[in-house]
Amino acid sequence: MYRKITHAATAAAGLALTSAPAMAQSVDEKVNEMFAKSTGWFVNFIFSPFPGTSFPWIVMWLVVAATVFTFYFMFIQFRAFPHSISLVKGDYSDPNDAGEVSHFQALATALSGTVGLGNIAGVAVAVGIGGPGATFWMILAGLMGMASKFTECTLGVKYRNEYEDGTVSGGPMYYLTKGFAERGMPGGKILAVMFSVFCILGALGGGNMFQANQAHAQITNVVGDYPGWITGIVFAGVVFAVIVGGLQSIAKVTEKIVPFMGVLYVATALIIILINFDKIGWAFGQIFEGAFTGLGVAGGMVGALIQGFKRAAFSNEAGVGSAAIAHSAVRTKEPITEGFVSLLEPFIDTVVICTMTALVIIITGQLVADPNTGLYLLDEGGKTIQTIDGNKGVALTSAAFSSSFGFFKYILAIAVILFAFSTMISWSYYGLKAWTFLFGEGKTTELVFKVIFCIFVVIGAAASLGPVIDFSDAAIFAMAVVNIVGLYILMPIVKRELDSYLSRLKSGEIKKYN
Amino acid sequence: MSGKFVVAYDGSEAAERALDFAVAKAKSQGGSILVAHILEWSPYSFLTPTELEERHKRRGEELARAEKALMGPVTARLADSGVKVETVIKYGHIANTLIEICNESGADQMFIGRDGETSLGSRIFGSVAMTLAQSTPVPCTIVP
Repeated sequence: MYRKITHAATAAAGLALTSAPAMAQSVDEKVNEMFAKSTGWFVNFIFSPFPGTSFPWIVMWLVVAATVFTFYFMFIQFRAFPHSISLVKGDYSDPNDAGEVSHFQALATALSGTVGLGNIAGVAVAVGIGGPGATFWMILAGLMGMASKFTECTLGVKYRNEYEDGTVSGGPMYYLTKGFAERGMPGGKILAVMFSVFCILGALGGGNMFQANQAHAQITNVVGDYPGWITGIVFAGVVFAVIVGGLQSIAKVTEKIVPFMGVLYVATALIIILINFDKIGWAFGQIFEGAFTGLGVAGGMVGALIQGFKRAAFSNEAGVGSAAIAHSAVRTKEPITEGFVSLLEPFIDTVVICTMTALVIIITGQLVADPNTGLYLLDEGGKTIQTIDGNKGVALTSAAFSSSFGFFKYILAIAVILFAFSTMISWSYYGLKAWTFLFGEGKTTELVFKVIFCIFVVIGAAASLGPVIDFSDAAIFAMAVVNIVGLYILMPIVKRELDSYLSRLKSGEIKKYN
Repeated sequence: MSGKFVVAYDGSEAAERALDFAVAKAKSQGGSILVAHILEWSPYSFLTPTELEERHKRRGEELARAEKALMGPVTARLADSGVKVETVIKYGHIANTLIEICNESGADQMFIGRDGETSLGSRIFGSVAMTLAQSTPVPCTIVP
């Protein structure tokens, strides 16, 4: 698939460069301008800081939630970690349920939706603005986020809809509606509708435009510059073939390659870190020092913290509610088991993969520091840290990896395209679930959403990074606003499930099968 | 010697030969037959979100299809054979699941057919027949 895309893309690029470069460029600019204008107010609202500070309220909202869940469930992410792994291994799965969705499959599919450009490009953006210290806050947010994910995925399974034909639909829209009704609380339906609206925006933003945008950035990084709408059209065509044309085979191939690419990515990062083993101590020193002093980054310690928290939340989506949609298809009699399994997701995504990216960028010395003071130097705008080649976003990650292996930028390009693609497929599904929740199921309504989704692929690839990343973050965080309100109300239900399950596990009522 | 004979059955010609062979044995020895069909499945395979959603439904359809296309005709064909015939359909790794069925049903023998192919693939990865020959808990007859 990759070969097809690049062939088509390079061919198209050559054509556009010779025939109408000026016109093509202006298409990109127009899209960009229109996009920034129409989404600015929404972005400003979501990221508005607490009065008198530069701290966005939304970041606080997520971190407070993750902390509340961590304490409410008494550090469930650490207590249940070994049990989560046995569940994924299938130790507690009834052999008679073979052929149904296993814990492993639900986790793998949810992961292929979250492991994406957030881990590669997003981390580069965070470290590029917040410095090495952002890594510390990112890991912390990842660890805390495991409790949020546990809560939402348990609810996702508990309140899913099971239809007569055997298919299932789950996610925040369902637990907000049914869970609130069960507790006798009003407003569940309104929250569910709000969540669905934001989920559609999030699917079009972070789950789509950001992915297309950074995939394009990565391709131009390898083959040279050409207009973004060309990548957009090629990507949109492939996505269209899968989600509208039902070419599940393309998606299946991607699903198989993505985990492999993930392992390859982490392995390469580890090799680069080991090559520079003499700098490992220094890199961790930078991460800790930067976490509490900022080391000269814009906004100091708070700047580093905001970037770290923002990226972690955007990357692992804990508290956002999207994973609850993917996890709800698992076959289990105990909804809580899927909660246990899902808490591994932020761990793999943020604590392992994101940290690898950050370490490679830091250890290969991409960020420029003043040799006298040890503080990082800022660009002219005073917002981002200077990098040795002026790279930002995915190009920064690419430069960091290529500094050890020149050919790595090609592997990274393939990884980025595949990650982007699998994330788009997952989010097209999340968005579709929200869409059908609002407008009802049916061939035509579903097709309308799928076509809109494909159009946004093109817009995402053509617009420039700034407005796209802002809108993507804003839409995804808006989902979290609604979802977390629901989680607070429904967390006693999760607690009840948890206590019951743990006591039955202790008494031996819940047994291992093998 | 009487007992329960497990026959691995997938509708292929080789499987038919194994079944006929096992039925003949069962008749002469007064045993019963358990026809086992395995739908290959790994809990570690990767599925798209749409496939996850439809999995339970598809599983039902796959089981119904196997029952109708394979087990139904077999039971009908062996109805007058004078041998007691039971059927079982399971999901899983083919060889391992057949061994499980042997253990669970308390079978005394297993019968499988082989198609006689010595393809490169089976040389490298082994075949179901080879795996079973090495690991069944009961005597295993491989019918050519």
